[in-house]
Amino acid sequence: MAEYDAAGSVPALRTDRLGRRYGKIWGLRECTLEVPAGAVAALVGPNGAGKTTLLEMVIGLLEPTEGRVSVFGESSRANTAGSLARVGYVAQDHPLYRDFTVADMLHLGRAMNPGWEQKLAAARIDALGIPAQRKVRHLSGGQRAQVSLTMALAKRAPLLVLDEPLASLDPVARLEFMRDVMAAAADAALTFLISSHVVSELERYCDWLIVLADGHVQLAGPADDLLGAHRLLTVPRATPDAELPGTVIDRADSDRHSTVLLRADAVQLAVQGHAGWQADPVSFEQLVMGYLQRPSAAATTGNPAPAAPRPGPSPKAVTR
Amino acid sequence: MFRFRLDGSSGVPPYLQLVHQVRQALLLGYLQEGDRLPTVKDVAADLVINPNTVVKAYRQLEHEGLAGGRPGQGTFITATSSPVPSQTQQDLRASLEAWLRAAEEAGMSDETVTALIAAARHDMRKERV
Repeated sequence: MAEYDAAGSVPALRTDRLGRRYGKIWGLRECTLEVPAGAVAALVGPNGAGKTTLLEMVIGLLEPTEGRVSVFGESSRANTAGSLARVGYVAQDHPLYRDFTVADMLHLGRAMNPGWEQKLAAARIDALGIPAQRKVRHLSGGQRAQVSLTMALAKRAPLLVLDEPLASLDPVARLEFMRDVMAAAADAALTFLISSHVVSELERYCDWLIVLADGHVQLAGPADDLLGAHRLLTVPRATPDAELPGTVIDRADSDRHSTVLLRADAVQLAVQGHAGWQADPVSFEQLVMGYLQRPSAAATTGNPAPAAPRPGPSPKAVTR
Repeated sequence: MFRFRLDGSSGVPPYLQLVHQVRQALLLGYLQEGDRLPTVKDVAADLVINPNTVVKAYRQLEHEGLAGGRPGQGTFITATSSPVPSQTQQDLRASLEAWLRAAEEAGMSDETVTALIAAARHDMRKERV
């Protein structure tokens, strides 16, 4: 169904029962997922869900406690040149050396990255109208974000990891930043892994979805397939979960009726012909929010990773 | 060059919105056989959407026989006009007008008519799923 590089039978990213423990607490556990080459994947979840832990293991900053990460089929080891070269990283809040000029930053990038494309970097900065001699401290938030993205693109890494790239940007800067990301995705068939709290905006950018909560993968796969496998069902209030044709992900009861986010296949929905029942397609945001609000005790059926015991309270809401 | 737009609040998946716009432009004559559609990259950057969404829309158009890719040149409109023969379209329109008159005589408001059409279409889609 999804359109990805036909030659990309080797996934851009694969994690296999990946876990990381901080003292006695697991930041991430039993994380098994794949992102195909050419995808733009959204990584969503509340604060403390394990997003940064996962990203840091993907980019090779953090050593896994258990399990494996591989990027384009090659195992990532923390702090090795090979791992670092395969992944470009745009960190949250776009940290750059504040007293460096933009040109200095590009020189630094060139010195530190063997595959660096100086021409591409300089042309991008020029096209963006950012003065190369201006110091980073004098750039706007949007310009800093664009310099960070330029550094990541010029590295020529096939997988780009963006950690909350939109958080510090105003709406116009967000759009301009994502415009360049979308163009880069089309142009160079790059694979993107983007963590974000801005769930409502992700639908148009991303074709792959990963939902993390409580250090576990709640949902992962092609966005279209996941949307197609869920329905918003309106049923009379008294209807018990067991009578519903699928797995109840989230349920909101009002006086007379209940709205249920249901994971169900087409066959299950086709046979349901109850009067007073209505099944509607689910939006990207409804799907994500449904999984984030899901009680933590519920079984994670249908996920690639086997369900593991999950300690701790369930996340009540996602921070925006 | 044809320009797409995107309605973020319509609830229609983005790729379907693109497909609908080409179909509609063909019906209205804004797009004609031989016209080149914008490149995937241009649409992705213009609308700030995932390029795979555009690829998917173009595949769907090819599947419907409305457009075709020429290697190294881009995607071109291949259909002459509407994929529905004009006689069929006229017949459908005549029966729709008759139905609309009947609805008006029965006292249905425009809003109710629109809601009824949406509901009927919704149920038909559901049966097909």
